[in-house]
Amino acid sequence: MSAAEEVVAEGHQAVEAVPKRAMTLGTGTSLVVLAALLIVPLFVKNFIIFQMTMLLIYGLAVLALNILTGGSGQFSLGQSAFYAVGAYTSAVLMEHANINYALTIPVSAVVCFGFGYLFGKPALRLSGVYLALATFALATAMPQLLKLNFLEHWTGGVQGLVVTKPDAPFGLPMSQDMWLYYFTLIVTLAIYIFSVNLLRSRSGRAFMAIRDNEIAASSMGVNVALYKTLAFGVSAAITGVAGSLGAIAVQFVAPDSYTITLAISLFLGMVVGGVGWLPGSFVGAAFIIFVPNMAESISKGLSGAVFGVLLFLVIYLVPHGARQIAIMGQQLAGRLKKN
Amino acid sequence: MELFTNQVLAGIATGAIYACMALAVVMIYQAIDHLNFAQGEMAMFSTFISWQLMQWGLSYWAAFVVTLAFSFVAGIAIERILFKPLAKAPVLTNVAGFIALFAIINSSAGLIWDFTIKQYPTPFGSAPFLGSQLISTHQAGMIGVTVLLLLGLYFFFQYTRIGLAMRAAASVPESARLVGINTSWMIALGWGMATAIGSIAGMLIAPVVFLEPNMMGGVLIYGFAAAVLGGLTSPFGAVVGGFLVGIFENLAGTYIPGVGNELKLPIALALIISVLVVKPAGLFGRHIVKRV
Repeated sequence: MSAAEEVVAEGHQAVEAVPKRAMTLGTGTSLVVLAALLIVPLFVKNFIIFQMTMLLIYGLAVLALNILTGGSGQFSLGQSAFYAVGAYTSAVLMEHANINYALTIPVSAVVCFGFGYLFGKPALRLSGVYLALATFALATAMPQLLKLNFLEHWTGGVQGLVVTKPDAPFGLPMSQDMWLYYFTLIVTLAIYIFSVNLLRSRSGRAFMAIRDNEIAASSMGVNVALYKTLAFGVSAAITGVAGSLGAIAVQFVAPDSYTITLAISLFLGMVVGGVGWLPGSFVGAAFIIFVPNMAESISKGLSGAVFGVLLFLVIYLVPHGARQIAIMGQQLAGRLKKN
Repeated sequence: MELFTNQVLAGIATGAIYACMALAVVMIYQAIDHLNFAQGEMAMFSTFISWQLMQWGLSYWAAFVVTLAFSFVAGIAIERILFKPLAKAPVLTNVAGFIALFAIINSSAGLIWDFTIKQYPTPFGSAPFLGSQLISTHQAGMIGVTVLLLLGLYFFFQYTRIGLAMRAAASVPESARLVGINTSWMIALGWGMATAIGSIAGMLIAPVVFLEPNMMGGVLIYGFAAAVLGGLTSPFGAVVGGFLVGIFENLAGTYIPGVGNELKLPIALALIISVLVVKPAGLFGRHIVKRV
């Protein structure tokens, strides 16, 4: 093509158009999953409860990315930065200002919302790979910024901060791990319900219109700039809450826990769970928590290769992630009902 | 003033590394329309192959040619075996595939050649170039090779039938298929060429950063940044972008107080993003117009 301009025809959007009804689970399935989440911790060891807590936390972070990418079509490799800001907000408030852990969570949601919203402003002009690079830059910069000398008094520099694990309130007879699990579960449920409703609302429809076709959306009267930055803000806020919970659960924050590797894991979680399918976020979180451990146990020296091969297997079998399995299951159930 | 010119020269020298990598990044972007996260690891693996060949007694240039051929074939094989089945899968799934490939290559190279740092020879010598302490003959040679590579690619894409076919397949695949171009093989060819260019970059970079499985981590980030800065559609832009990133990085390290080695990368990236905010398609990239 000799002209200096290249024309891209319609239908080449980066993110699939997932209709909003296909984004959630049915009521029956949801209740079964909820019951399992409530009952299982009563019968397992503390370490497994801790892993389930981490599963919910990473699930939240993946969910946040899913709202941004699956909902509004914007790509981000910078989620680890928002996660870090949330974690540090909680850690600093708890350790320096002695604020109750539960109260630090809304604070870090607000702080991260502001941060994400402001970051979304200049990112408005970028899309696709360019946005990926910008968010990537944020993710690589964050650990270095947290190590800066003049913040060291608050952040503890390279050493990081130790966070105290909260006891169960009102003298409830449960271990710290179990209390933290139920606390995380409550927060996760609240955010999950909020997200589902957000995507079904007017704002959610605006996100999806932008994802599917920005120009068409703006000509229908959607304020593209507002909703794109809003998506960044909401996503950052949820990631920040996940970061706060993560800091409390792990009892430790340090700059090098929040590198680009975390952002890449969250991205993989989203792909494995199915882009744009909210319940899939938790399936993806399970993948990024358990599969690396599994790979390690299969072969120590080649754990990276084993992980890569497993990841390839998953994306070959189900290129659309766990969502594809859910759809297949639904169709099967439908056929069984007819017979 | 002398400090300034010295720093610019040093920046050009490191920029040559980034330019080489950026060229490989742009090549594959032209062919497949994505950034390949595993590109650095593929280059690292090729470099290890050439090192192994030299250990077995081949001369530098013999190893160079064999490695080039190996990389070309390996690139095509990876596309045919691993990524062709994903051609219809969503873009983000493909990106996950690149990350998987990254993990596989990195981990296997670590197992085969372990993680100790190895010396890698240079064909250009490492004496000071034209009496300057800042730029060695190796770095000058690297700049020379990058420029030659760029010229070669320009002629290939501009004046050969197959170059034209590749450009057509990348920009309008449907129409290209209608005029009888085998677009699927053009993509494979793009992978082969990009891998071969990556292996050249790897072999040129290895004497500077030393050979080890993680040698490409930092370089690839700068290579991406350079490619994006120059405009992902322009090989010329990639090379210019590479040199600019090298210069940016050095000047930021010298003149902005409190910037140690740690903050060089974030600052360079921040600068690139500021440029992108003003020119969203990169300095030399084509602006893409969407049809509604």
